[in-house]
Amino acid sequence: MAWFKKSKAPIAPVESKKVQMPAGLWTKCKNCEEIIYSKEIERNLNVCPKCDYHFRISARERIDLVIDEGSFNETDPDMASVDFLKFKDSKKYVDRIKAAVAKNGGGDAVVTGSGLMNDQEVVVAVFDFAFLGGSMGSVVGEKITRAIELGLEKKAPVMVFSSSGGARMQESILSLMQMAKTSAALAKLKKAGIPFLSVLTDPTTGGVTASFAMLGDLNIAEPKALIGFAGPRVIEQTIRQQLPEGFQRSEYLLDHGMVDMIVSRQEMKARLSQALRIFTQQASAS
Amino acid sequence: MQFFLDFEKPLVELDQKIRELRDYTTANVDFSADIKKLEKKSAKLRDEIFSNLTRWQRTQLARHQVRPYTLDYVKHIFTDWFEVHGDRNFRDDPALVCGFARLDDEPCAIIGHQKGRDTKEKVYRNFGMPNPEGYRKALRVMQMAEQFGLPIFTFVDTPGAFPGIGAEERGQAEAIARNLREMAALTVPVIVTVTGEGGSGGALAIAVGNKVQMMQHSVYAVISPEGCAAILWSDGARGPEAAEALKLTSTDIDSLGVIIDDVIPEPLGGAHNDHAAAAATVKEYLKKHLEELKKLSPEELVEQRYQKFRAMSIIEE
Repeated sequence: MAWFKKSKAPIAPVESKKVQMPAGLWTKCKNCEEIIYSKEIERNLNVCPKCDYHFRISARERIDLVIDEGSFNETDPDMASVDFLKFKDSKKYVDRIKAAVAKNGGGDAVVTGSGLMNDQEVVVAVFDFAFLGGSMGSVVGEKITRAIELGLEKKAPVMVFSSSGGARMQESILSLMQMAKTSAALAKLKKAGIPFLSVLTDPTTGGVTASFAMLGDLNIAEPKALIGFAGPRVIEQTIRQQLPEGFQRSEYLLDHGMVDMIVSRQEMKARLSQALRIFTQQASAS
Repeated sequence: MQFFLDFEKPLVELDQKIRELRDYTTANVDFSADIKKLEKKSAKLRDEIFSNLTRWQRTQLARHQVRPYTLDYVKHIFTDWFEVHGDRNFRDDPALVCGFARLDDEPCAIIGHQKGRDTKEKVYRNFGMPNPEGYRKALRVMQMAEQFGLPIFTFVDTPGAFPGIGAEERGQAEAIARNLREMAALTVPVIVTVTGEGGSGGALAIAVGNKVQMMQHSVYAVISPEGCAAILWSDGARGPEAAEALKLTSTDIDSLGVIIDDVIPEPLGGAHNDHAAAAATVKEYLKKHLEELKKLSPEELVEQRYQKFRAMSIIEE
């Protein structure tokens, strides 16, 4: 028992000086870990102004960057995935699809369509990594194959912008077969003499790399993108060795002769257009 | 030493007992009644075990160490075989064997994954996991077959393409992708038999055929059950569950309708119990498909193959 009683209230903490900020105002760059004003990144086409890291962007944003304004005609917007294997891990595949559709406002992991690029008609397929990791199941394979067939029909160059973890496990064997189907369509395109440009963005791995993404007449990578067949973790576990620095990055692939060039997002449209106009023997864009 | 799987153990023990009784049988001692009884029991047990296999057990059968590999099929089915080596760029890949031979009188090209049976050979064959140069050798041989107008038989049995630093440096993805595109355009018949493990892109890279068939106890999937489990649950040991989810057996894949043309029945207890019998059945199927495909012109062959893979999707519109 205390002799003296102190009945003072505890000292009130100093009012926090920390400024309350709305979330999302600042973004930490995944590559250089700098904290940057989000608007500044956006203005810079979602490229880190400090280290040139190319942030992942949605299919729509990508289309706006390379296709002339107002010229894009989407094809097969309503094609949807089916859970024919009744695949279930921690979650059911049907629920995963539903959640992804709700988050992305419809569609699947790829958006396809035709449009103009500096007034030249082109067919594009653009991956959305946010939709189940850009994984390729029946819908993705079918949409890409149809895009290639549309290019054949229109005699228009075809471009695919990849960003994908690879084949979609939840459709097992049929996902695998999309690799063969899309590549077979490219054989037809090649025979018809129509250009196919493959743009590899962060990340492009697995069954997507091992099919159309590596089959471009030109393979073009965005800076510092992860591009490979097996994921780095799988390789590390197999060979039980640390991987060399920069392994499977765009610059490493350029060194090893797997991509033709590395092109930044700011220059992408100009460079693609320049190449297509040479391949199709058209005058350069004004 | 004899190799057997866990669920084969009761069978192996029973068969061992039967053999022992036979050995003890002399002019004076007759076990024939007992032997008969045991044989009956063994047949019943075999039937029971093999008609109720889980998908994981069938995966294990597909990987059975005594299962016939490509060179075993070559030995039993073909004549005039000679192997050719190398991709003309880097090295020869022993995980993928290529060569020419005759199916009865018919000249043909043969391409297949090759696994090893003992430790030394397993390492030499890289466990049947090819590097890019293996796929490039296969393409070289396939295009040579096209040049000479020969049909191509491929035998698929790989855990997958090798995931290593060198493989990535030399373009594993590009090698597989190129094969997919070039196989689609071949003007000669291509007949694919999945004999064991159809492991993802590493299998598909030699499997774009006019006809695709699977052995009864083979499996075919986009990823190995262990790999699938590692991604889904970060636990490769949950392969048995992943095998169930992936629906990878010949029965599962046949039920999808669009992927394979035939399931080739195996001797009861699996192809490893009788290589010659298994090969004889495979041979019948190869001849049947070849007869059918010989009626098609080069252009029709390309188109038939294209339409076959073109039809492979299940979607909602």
